Amino acid sequence: MPRGIKDEVAILGMGCSKFGERWDMNAEDLIVEAVEECLNDAGIERSQIDAAWFSTAIEEQHVGKSGVPLAVSLRLPYIPVTRVENYCASGTEAFRGACYAVASGAADIAIAVGVEKLKDTGYGGLPQRMRGAVADMYWPNASAPGSFAQLATAYSAKHGVKADDLKLAMAQVSVKSHENGAKNPKAHLQKEITVETVLNAPMVAEPLGLFDCCGVSDGSAAAIVTTPRIAKSMGKQDIVSVKALQLAVSNGQEASHNSWDGSYFMTTRRAAERAYKEAEIKKPRDEVSMFEVHDCFSVTELVTMEDLYLSEEGTAWRDILDGFYNSDGQIPCQIDGGLKCFGHPIGASGLRMLYEMYLQFQGRAGARQLADPRIGMTHNLGGFPHQNVSSVSIVGRYDA
Amino acid sequence: MTVGLKAYGAYIPRLRLSRKAIAEANAWFNPAVMGLAKGERAICNWDEDSLTMAVEAARDCLTSARLDKGSTSSVTGVTFASTTLPFDDRQNAGIVAVALNLDESIVTMDFAGSQRAGTSGVLNSLRNAANGDSLFVTADKRRTQTSGPQELQFGDAAAAFTVGSDDLIAEYLGGSQLSIDFVDHYRGSDSKYDYNWEERWIRDEGYFKIAPRAIRAAMEDTGIDIDSVDHFIMPTLIRGVPQKIADAAGIASETVRDNLQAQVGHAGTAHPLLMLVDCLQDANPGQTIVVIGWGQGCDVLVFRTTEALLSLSPRQGVKGYLARRKEETNYNRYLSFNNLLDQDRGIRAELDAPTALSALYRNRDMVLGFVGGKCRICGTVQYPKTRACVSPNCGAFNSQDPHPFAEIPATVQSWTADNLTYSPDPPTHFGMVVFDEGGRLMADMTDVSPGEVEVGMPVKMVFRRRGVDDKRGFIKYFWKATPDHTAGENP
Repeated sequence: MPRGIKDEVAILGMGCSKFGERWDMNAEDLIVEAVEECLNDAGIERSQIDAAWFSTAIEEQHVGKSGVPLAVSLRLPYIPVTRVENYCASGTEAFRGACYAVASGAADIAIAVGVEKLKDTGYGGLPQRMRGAVADMYWPNASAPGSFAQLATAYSAKHGVKADDLKLAMAQVSVKSHENGAKNPKAHLQKEITVETVLNAPMVAEPLGLFDCCGVSDGSAAAIVTTPRIAKSMGKQDIVSVKALQLAVSNGQEASHNSWDGSYFMTTRRAAERAYKEAEIKKPRDEVSMFEVHDCFSVTELVTMEDLYLSEEGTAWRDILDGFYNSDGQIPCQIDGGLKCFGHPIGASGLRMLYEMYLQFQGRAGARQLADPRIGMTHNLGGFPHQNVSSVSIVGRYDA
Repeated sequence: MTVGLKAYGAYIPRLRLSRKAIAEANAWFNPAVMGLAKGERAICNWDEDSLTMAVEAARDCLTSARLDKGSTSSVTGVTFASTTLPFDDRQNAGIVAVALNLDESIVTMDFAGSQRAGTSGVLNSLRNAANGDSLFVTADKRRTQTSGPQELQFGDAAAAFTVGSDDLIAEYLGGSQLSIDFVDHYRGSDSKYDYNWEERWIRDEGYFKIAPRAIRAAMEDTGIDIDSVDHFIMPTLIRGVPQKIADAAGIASETVRDNLQAQVGHAGTAHPLLMLVDCLQDANPGQTIVVIGWGQGCDVLVFRTTEALLSLSPRQGVKGYLARRKEETNYNRYLSFNNLLDQDRGIRAELDAPTALSALYRNRDMVLGFVGGKCRICGTVQYPKTRACVSPNCGAFNSQDPHPFAEIPATVQSWTADNLTYSPDPPTHFGMVVFDEGGRLMADMTDVSPGEVEVGMPVKMVFRRRGVDDKRGFIKYFWKATPDHTAGENP
C-alpha cells in the first residue's frame, strides 16, 4: 500500500453557505457566499491561491460545464481550475484534488469549492436526467429513493430483521439527525421530528417514506488547504490535518455478478479499510470521535454504519435504536444534521461534511459542540447501491 | 406436398377490463352500451402493444425450441400480421426476429392493410412452407374512441404458429379467397380510429352473401364433405351470424366455435387465429377445422388435425393465458394507458429522451434480443456482454460468447415500489433480478400489483415497451421481469 498523505495537508480555512431553497441566489452567488467565509477564515487573499478544484454534478441545471464558472465567479487570476464530477461524491473529489496538489508540492495553497443549485427544476426531488445512450436502453425507470430503498428489502432478508423493526431504526436515524439539525443555523431543515411523523409519512419508494429521504436544496461549501508547515508559518493554531482520503469505485461486480447480496456497499468497505490503514486507525469503534455519513436516505446511513466497521454486520439497527450514534452517544453521527437536514446540493455535500468536522475540532460548533473530538470521518457516496463511488475521508487534530 | 401447422402459441394480456365499468362510465351519453355490459375484454398494460404481444405469442409457440438454445435456427422466416403495427416504416417482423434471437438470414415481412391479413398471412406462409419452417405471428391492440360499442366489443391479443411441411399437428387441406371491396369499416392513414357502417347492412349484404360463396369454393377446393366439419371458426361480433352461415352451408351448428367475446373481445386481425389456437387446444386428432377470415372479402382455410397434436409440448395457448387474468375495473386507467385522457403527468414526465439509432443498432442483440455473455475462460454468465469479464477472479478481455437470457428463470434479490419516478402506472416496481444460470439485472418489473413482490420471488422475463419518445414518435423496447402468473387469478 502506498504511504498515503497522513498529516501532509492542513485545512487553512473553510466556508459554507446557508443551505436551503435559495430562490434569490444563483449558483455563482452561493459560491461567493461560501468562499468569502472561507477566505476570511483562512486569512488569505484570492491572489494567494495556486490552484482550484471545482465540483458540481448536474451542471446543466445551473453553471454549465468546465472550471470557468468558478474562475468567473471569483475572478481568479488565470490559475488552474479543474472541474470534477463523480456522482454525489463530487464534493469530496474537489477536496481530494486540492489536497493532492498540496501534498505533491504542485501547489502551496489550493482551494476546493463545491456548489449545486437544485431548486430550479420546478419539482421536488433530484432532477430527471438522461443516463447515456446505451444505459438509457436498459436501466430501470428508477428514482434515487427507489434505488436505495432496495437496501432495506435486501438487508431485512439477509439478516432476518423484521420490516417493522428496520423501519423503526430507520426512523430513529432521521429523528436523530433532525435533533442535531435543529441546532444548526445553516441547515435547511431546523425542526425536530418524532418517530411517529417518520412512520406515518407518505411513501416515496417502499419502504422509504418522505422523512427517510434527505432534503433537496441549494448550497455551496469550500475548503482552502496548505501544508501544516505553511499553516504554522501563518500563525495558525489548532491545526486540522488530513489523515486519509480514500475512494472506491464500483467496477460492475454488484450490478452484474452474483457475489453481491444487495444489502451493503462493497465500495464503502474497501474505501474504509484503506482509509483506516492510511490513518493508522486499528479500532475505529474506539478511535473515531465523530463522523458524517452520506445519509441520502435513512437506510443508507444504517448500512453504512456496518460498512465503516463501526457496527458489526447485522447490528447497526440495534446500535441506532440504542442511541449509540446520537449526539450524546459514543460516536455522534451527523452532528450538523446531515444530508437529512442540509439537503443535498450534490457538488457541495462532501465539503459540507468536512466543514462540520473542522468546526468541531476548532471548538466553533456552537450548540452542537462535542467535548474534545480528535478524529473525525466523512463518508460521501454517489450513484446507486449496485453501482456507485464511495469516498471515505479522515481528518483530525494535527497533534492527534 | 403436405403443408400445415407444426405448433401454436397465443398471448392475451393479463388485464381484463370489466365491460360493466366501461358501460357505467359511458351510459349517460350512450345508453345502448349497457346492452353490452357483460363479461370483460382483454386490454394491454401501458407497456404492451401488438409487437410485444406478438413476441410473447411467438415465445409460447416456440416454447420447447427456445429452451433448447439454438434450435430455433430452423425457422427460415417471420411473418407478422396486424393493422396496429407500432411502426409504419420500420419492419415490425424484423423486431420480432431480433427479440426471438433468430438468425439474420431469414425472410421477414409485415402483413397489414386489412383484418384479413391474419388468415391471408397464414395462407402465404403455408404456400411458402416448401422452403422451410417459418413463424407466423398476428396481433392487434385495438384502438377505439370512447363511448362507442367497439370500446366494449374489441380486445387485445395475439396468436402464433410455426408453419412447415413435416411433423404437422394440423394439415392444410386447402381453402379459398375472395377479394371484394366491401367496406364495413375503414381507417384512413391519418385517422386514429375506425369508421364503421351500419351492422344490419354488414350482416345482410356482407356476411350472408360473401361468406357462403367463399365456403362453397373452399369445399370444392378441398373436396371434403361439408358435414365432416368438426369446428367452424367465424370471427364476428354480430349475434347469430356464425350460426346462420353454418346452417346455410350445411355445417352442423354445434361445430360453431365460441368467439371468446365473453373474456377477450374481438382481437381484429388476430381474432380468427386466436380462435384457431383455442380450437386446437380442444381438438382431437383427425378433426376438420374451417377458419373464416374477414375483411374486404373472405378467406377460408381448412385444416385437419393429426396424431402429433397429442404430443405437442405443453404451452399456454389461449387456455393458459385466459387463466392468467387480473380484473381491471378502473376505466380511467384504461383511458390513460391508451392516451385517451389529457392528463397532467407532471414535469418529471417531460424528460426528453431520444434514442441514438446508431447505438441501438450496435446493441440490438443486447437490448432487443436480451443477449448477454458467457466467459469462455471462467464460465461466468453475465449481462450485459462487455469487453472485460465481470468475475472478480477473471476480468479477461474479449472472452465472452453471446448468451441468451430471455428464457432463463430468475428470482428477486431486492425490490421497491417507486412513487417518485414518472411512470404511466405508479408505483413503478423494479429490483435486482438474479438469473439461475448466473448474471443479474436491475430490472423494471411489469404486471405486478402493490404488495405482490417479495425477496426470493421467482420471475420470468417478458418483452415490453420501455417508454415512448412522443416527440419523435419512437417506441423503445426492452425486457422486464414479471411474476409467473400462469397459475391463474392473482392479485
